[in-house]
Amino acid sequence: MTTVDQDLEPAAPSAVEGERLTAPGGGKPQRRGRRAAGFTPYALITPAIIVLAAIVGWPLVQLIITSFQEFGRAQVFGAPPNWVWFDNYIDVFTDPVFYGVLGRTLLFAGACVLVTMVLSTLIALMLVRLPKGFRMLLTVGMLLAWAMPALTATIVWGWMFDTAYGVINYALVNWFGLAEFDQHQWLINPLSFFMVAGIIVVWGAVPFAAFTLYAGLTQVPGEVLEAAQLDGAGGFARFRLIIFPYLKPIFMIVTMLQVIWDLKVFTQIFALQDIGGIRAQTNTLGVYIYQTSIAGGDFGHGGAIAVITAVLLMAISIYYIRQVLKEEEL
Amino acid sequence: MSAAVTPTTRAVTAPGSLDRARRGGGRRRVTTWLLSALSVVLFVLFVFPVYWMVNTSFQPNNDVRGSEVHFFPDNFTLRNYETVIFDPGRTPFLPAAANSLVVTLLTVIIALVFAFLASVAVTRFRFKSRRAFILTILVIQMIPGEAMIVSVFRVVDGWQLLNTIAGLTIVYIATVLPFTIWTLRGFVNGVPVELEEAAMIDGCSRAGAFWRVTFPLLAPGLIATGVFGFIQAWNEFIMALVLNARPEMMTLPVWLRTFLVANGTTNWAGIMAGSTLMAIPVIVFFLIVQGRMTSGLVSGAVKG
Repeated sequence: MTTVDQDLEPAAPSAVEGERLTAPGGGKPQRRGRRAAGFTPYALITPAIIVLAAIVGWPLVQLIITSFQEFGRAQVFGAPPNWVWFDNYIDVFTDPVFYGVLGRTLLFAGACVLVTMVLSTLIALMLVRLPKGFRMLLTVGMLLAWAMPALTATIVWGWMFDTAYGVINYALVNWFGLAEFDQHQWLINPLSFFMVAGIIVVWGAVPFAAFTLYAGLTQVPGEVLEAAQLDGAGGFARFRLIIFPYLKPIFMIVTMLQVIWDLKVFTQIFALQDIGGIRAQTNTLGVYIYQTSIAGGDFGHGGAIAVITAVLLMAISIYYIRQVLKEEEL
Repeated sequence: MSAAVTPTTRAVTAPGSLDRARRGGGRRRVTTWLLSALSVVLFVLFVFPVYWMVNTSFQPNNDVRGSEVHFFPDNFTLRNYETVIFDPGRTPFLPAAANSLVVTLLTVIIALVFAFLASVAVTRFRFKSRRAFILTILVIQMIPGEAMIVSVFRVVDGWQLLNTIAGLTIVYIATVLPFTIWTLRGFVNGVPVELEEAAMIDGCSRAGAFWRVTFPLLAPGLIATGVFGFIQAWNEFIMALVLNARPEMMTLPVWLRTFLVANGTTNWAGIMAGSTLMAIPVIVFFLIVQGRMTSGLVSGAVKG
């Protein structure tokens, strides 16, 4: 095992490593050049701070305040809001509709993350073994999918799943002889609505995850795998015992990002509802906040739901942030 | 030159060390052929929606709504683009495209300047609240935009900036800024301080050394970060939907959504032409900088 560790070090060249080589004495060379200067750094971050305080900080404070108030359309036009303290939260937490939305969001995000991660891992493993030409081909295909804006992707998939003229119904009927898919409405049934939404989300998410995992896979030392193979480890054993442990940190971070992104999914659901879903049966948290506040004009309850969503997401992202801070040795 | 990781570039330049361990054997060859075939299938699955969008956009609506599905634009036409671009309907395309372009460019330029200053502060200086600032940048990125729409709407309304370019631009700057600072920080970090120090020994002032030595080396990083900002702002949908709802102030995504709702399922050819027009700048820009896309998100994790 010691030889493995020695091999690992030079396998990771980077600008930072190079810097370290030229800086005898070790320690934290990149800090050496930093000045403990007085005023300058504060002046440099001031513009960013001002914008973030105005557009993120202040609205965040307002959001929390509003969530404790009765705040409807009348208040938007100037009527003073009533303080209702925790009433909005109590209403939300006793509302079966909210639990429906929450459960739907968690299930949908969970399923999307699971499928995305399994597919991405398989594709990453596949990329390693593909001949160069085919690897290029698949890379280009995934890049195109990744580059598609979420809104246009949703609309295009919506068109492909179209009831009357969609290519998917056409293929199912004419190529696979499944006559029951003639004029099949994919978006009316909530379950099949979420299946379509899931396909759109996964299709857009797999390229990023697969590329990142592939980058991680290329760092698994070939010697160790060879040794394991000589010792008689089969393909799955090699993956479980060698490849995955190497991959784990990257795998965890990608999974966390997928969880965060899928929990706050908005565009795909919202646009798909425009194309043909039943809103009340297909709302997820993000869309529900929009429906309650902007469309429904109930900013108090909308605010409470928004705060709950934000807290949920922040709690989940603590792990991600800690991981990033650890890796970045700030 | 930078510590940023470019996984997809590496896909081309550095074949994984894994396949070295796996070469040889007749069964291997069969597996390789099966995998190659599978990769073609996957390629089709990933590309088909993009192809279908472009394909539909070049067909007359009669073909699109016919009983036969056309897998190629046999009756090639540019009519859809003509109608979409020049149709002076209730929500015209050209003003929306202009709004998108202005807001996006302003956002990118201002955000880059602000982020550049901030990233220099956190990489080249040590100061008291430095860690707190970086932590804030990270945490802000986790707040869901949907949760903030209402209060951002009210703040912008309070400034009388609803349905204006300025209002949306300020909001977008704040949206893009955390990610931009984080990414640029990585690029500035990638330029060794020793280079600046060498220039200072040769007689440069500290600012002069930074400006003459580090800044030119940052150009690729600035361009890549700028393009990310461009894509983010160009695609942004929720804020634009709420803040600039008036037809003449819409951006392209909101215009596309309005066009979709107004035309319903009657004019898919036109909708696909609109989608193509919105997607093309993003796809082009994305392909230019794709290699650096992941660096900001997983930098550190994929160090190498």
